Amino acid sequence: MANHTDSSTEMPNHLETATFEGKNKVLGFWLFLGAETVLFACLFGTYLALRNQSLDGPTTQELFDLKLVALATALLLTSSLTSVLSMIKMNERNMKGMITWLVITLALGLGFLVLEIYEFLHYVHEGHTFMSSAFGSSFYALVGTHGAHVTFGIIWITTLIIQVLKRGITTETAPKLFVSSLYWHFIDVVWVFIFTLVYLLGKVG
Amino acid sequence: MATLIVLLVLVLFLAAIFTGGYNRQFLERMRNSRTWDWLTTVDHKKIGILYLMGGLLFFLIGGLEAIFMRLQLFAPGNDLFVGRTFNELLTMHGTTMIFLAAMPLIFAIMNAVVPLQIGARDVAFPFLNALGFWLFFFGGVLLNLSWIFGGAPDAGWTSYTGLALNQYSPGPGVDFYVLGLQIAGIGTLIGGLNFIVTIINMRAPGMTFLRLPLFTWTAFVTSGLVLFAFPAFTVALLLLMFDRLFGSNFFDHAMGGSTVIWEHLFWIFGHPEVYIVILPAFGIMSDVISTFSKKRLFGYNSMVFATVLIGFLGFMVWVHHMFTVGLGAISNSVFAVATMAIAVPTGIKVFNWLFTMWGGEIQFKTPMLWAVGFIPTFVIGGMTGVMLALPPADYQYQDSYFVVAHFHYVLVGGTVFGLFAGIYYWWPKMFGKMLNESLGKWHFWTFLIGFHLTFFPQHFLGLFGMPRRVFTYQTNVGLERLNEISTIGVAGMLIGTIFFLVNIIYTLRKGPKAEADAWGLGRTLEWSIPSPPPEYNFAQTPLVRGFDALWVEKEAGNKTMTPAEPLGSIHMPSPSYIPIMMSLGFFIAGFGFIVRGIPAAVFGLIIVFAALFLRSFDYDRGYHVEPEDPEKGGKE
Repeated sequence: MANHTDSSTEMPNHLETATFEGKNKVLGFWLFLGAETVLFACLFGTYLALRNQSLDGPTTQELFDLKLVALATALLLTSSLTSVLSMIKMNERNMKGMITWLVITLALGLGFLVLEIYEFLHYVHEGHTFMSSAFGSSFYALVGTHGAHVTFGIIWITTLIIQVLKRGITTETAPKLFVSSLYWHFIDVVWVFIFTLVYLLGKVG
Repeated sequence: MATLIVLLVLVLFLAAIFTGGYNRQFLERMRNSRTWDWLTTVDHKKIGILYLMGGLLFFLIGGLEAIFMRLQLFAPGNDLFVGRTFNELLTMHGTTMIFLAAMPLIFAIMNAVVPLQIGARDVAFPFLNALGFWLFFFGGVLLNLSWIFGGAPDAGWTSYTGLALNQYSPGPGVDFYVLGLQIAGIGTLIGGLNFIVTIINMRAPGMTFLRLPLFTWTAFVTSGLVLFAFPAFTVALLLLMFDRLFGSNFFDHAMGGSTVIWEHLFWIFGHPEVYIVILPAFGIMSDVISTFSKKRLFGYNSMVFATVLIGFLGFMVWVHHMFTVGLGAISNSVFAVATMAIAVPTGIKVFNWLFTMWGGEIQFKTPMLWAVGFIPTFVIGGMTGVMLALPPADYQYQDSYFVVAHFHYVLVGGTVFGLFAGIYYWWPKMFGKMLNESLGKWHFWTFLIGFHLTFFPQHFLGLFGMPRRVFTYQTNVGLERLNEISTIGVAGMLIGTIFFLVNIIYTLRKGPKAEADAWGLGRTLEWSIPSPPPEYNFAQTPLVRGFDALWVEKEAGNKTMTPAEPLGSIHMPSPSYIPIMMSLGFFIAGFGFIVRGIPAAVFGLIIVFAALFLRSFDYDRGYHVEPEDPEKGGKE
């Protein structure tokens, strides 16, 4: 795929919006992300309202360990960069490069997920569970929904890699890859807010 | 466990049948059957009809629940439906009418009309369109199964958590509410998203935003409201599900939770929802009044502006449902002012309709009757709305029948009248048959009189102190006579609805065939193509040369639209069984969660994910139709 010349030079610069279906898909996905923003905003609001209701359990100051969270943040934010790089490779029709960057993205996402699971297990051990208090419920609902999004993203991108290995970079696969990349950036942005409003604010406020 | 086994056996049977292991010929026969065609269709016109049938079914169920309630309230101390049964009736009446009748009927008309009005061959995502319908349908069925499986939800349609948590509402009722509405809500969200992309990307050449017919504009704004309001409800339902099923503490005060969070989330969704169901009715009114007055809509630009402004303000007023919670004078004042501000764009609309009729050649066909009946009825509801927007006064009105009267004037007098106008107006386009005019007029007059007889006295019942949602009242406190009148009025609405059903059945059998321009007055693109339209809608995409595109051509002396492209083969999307399969998966998962059968729930979710993967790996490119020979092309 990478060494094509004739057919690919006729193709437009942005494969993801080269067809009408692709244009629809990209616009629709932006709108979907708008809906997702409202969804996370509601979870943030709930968390901010309930974050001091820790009852007998540990408070945010006692619980959070910024070092671990900073590492997880670094992993996830870097994965956004690698996701961009894979999209650049996609529009260069460089399949090998694209898949390499996608696999690195997935690896970073998996690393983040492992750290998050470890963190949750640690909290449960400390007596901070989903059922222990309203703070526990709202914390796991917000951070857990984000984690579920990361998990879904990893599965999704994996299936896209399989598809692209079978079919190559075409005007049908490109929009799928592009919107999965949008999705990945979105969950990164949400994490930036979680890092600020949950962890940093939890340490100071 | 027994449920699980039954489900498993059912699925094995279905798997055997669908893979052809049972009988190959049967599979062939089924693929070519009309039922299979309707179950797998991705055609927006057919999905519109499915939404219409589904919405009407639930409209009848919700109406029956209302009749039961009014019968109970006919006399003081009545014991027909008391206590929990009455609570279930009032909860299911509200929930059914809002989510399973009004919303799908709106989506029915949007599906049937919006692509035609913008000159498109289909919606942007035909597959998601089908998925949206089936999710709504299975969600609605799941919610209504509660009547059979352990009792319906009984915490009111608002399901405040002071009533809806396990300790206050034991039994599965509220679980059915949570999961049924969650599934239906996902469907609605998908539908809204689809229409935004459709209206932005699929307009015919020349169809600029300020040439869109007003119904399309309201559909556009409503879809935006759906997109940004429903996620709040998704979260609210998710949190309530966690509290009821998995022992979390979002709303449990003893564990640090707060029931006010539910109220905020619910009304952040719930108030835009009010505009979601009324804006399309405004759009229908605008198209109908303009058509039957034979005049261009008065103040088109201000109508568009008012629509967008109402949509925007709709997100700024949710606290007016919570004035008595005690959020403080400042916040109550801000939200009161915002609420009263909405009266301004709404007033703009009412005057524009009146000025459109002014000096027009008015023809009082049935849709026009509904539109004209709508205006005073809706204005009364709007006036009581402004009264309720005053926080000090609201402390008196709240939770009384005054509120019930108010929202029935806007929801029935606004939305339902609008929907009836739209159904009569576009029925010929959807089905190719004209509805009977005299039956339609009987429908209108009985329903209108019955409606006012039912709900006008309720203003006074409320002012006299009758609380809403209470199943009885005492003698000798001045409530008997008005309650009697109110119940008698229901008969009018019932008779009207029967006229409507008779009209549908009679017309589908014997009605005259509808012309392309069924009313002879068509102004917009949908009237330029045959009734019902061929599956590709427009043989050639039309060129739009002004607002009221067809009228512009008529005035220029043309019989049809000017085509914007040569005749050629038309690409169509393939039908798909995945939407119904995925919705069935959600249904099984929801039912599993409700009966606390986690294996069944997991099994349902596996079906959902399997459907997602099937869809993702499916590279079906659709097929082509030759428009010259529509009969032959349609079959292949």
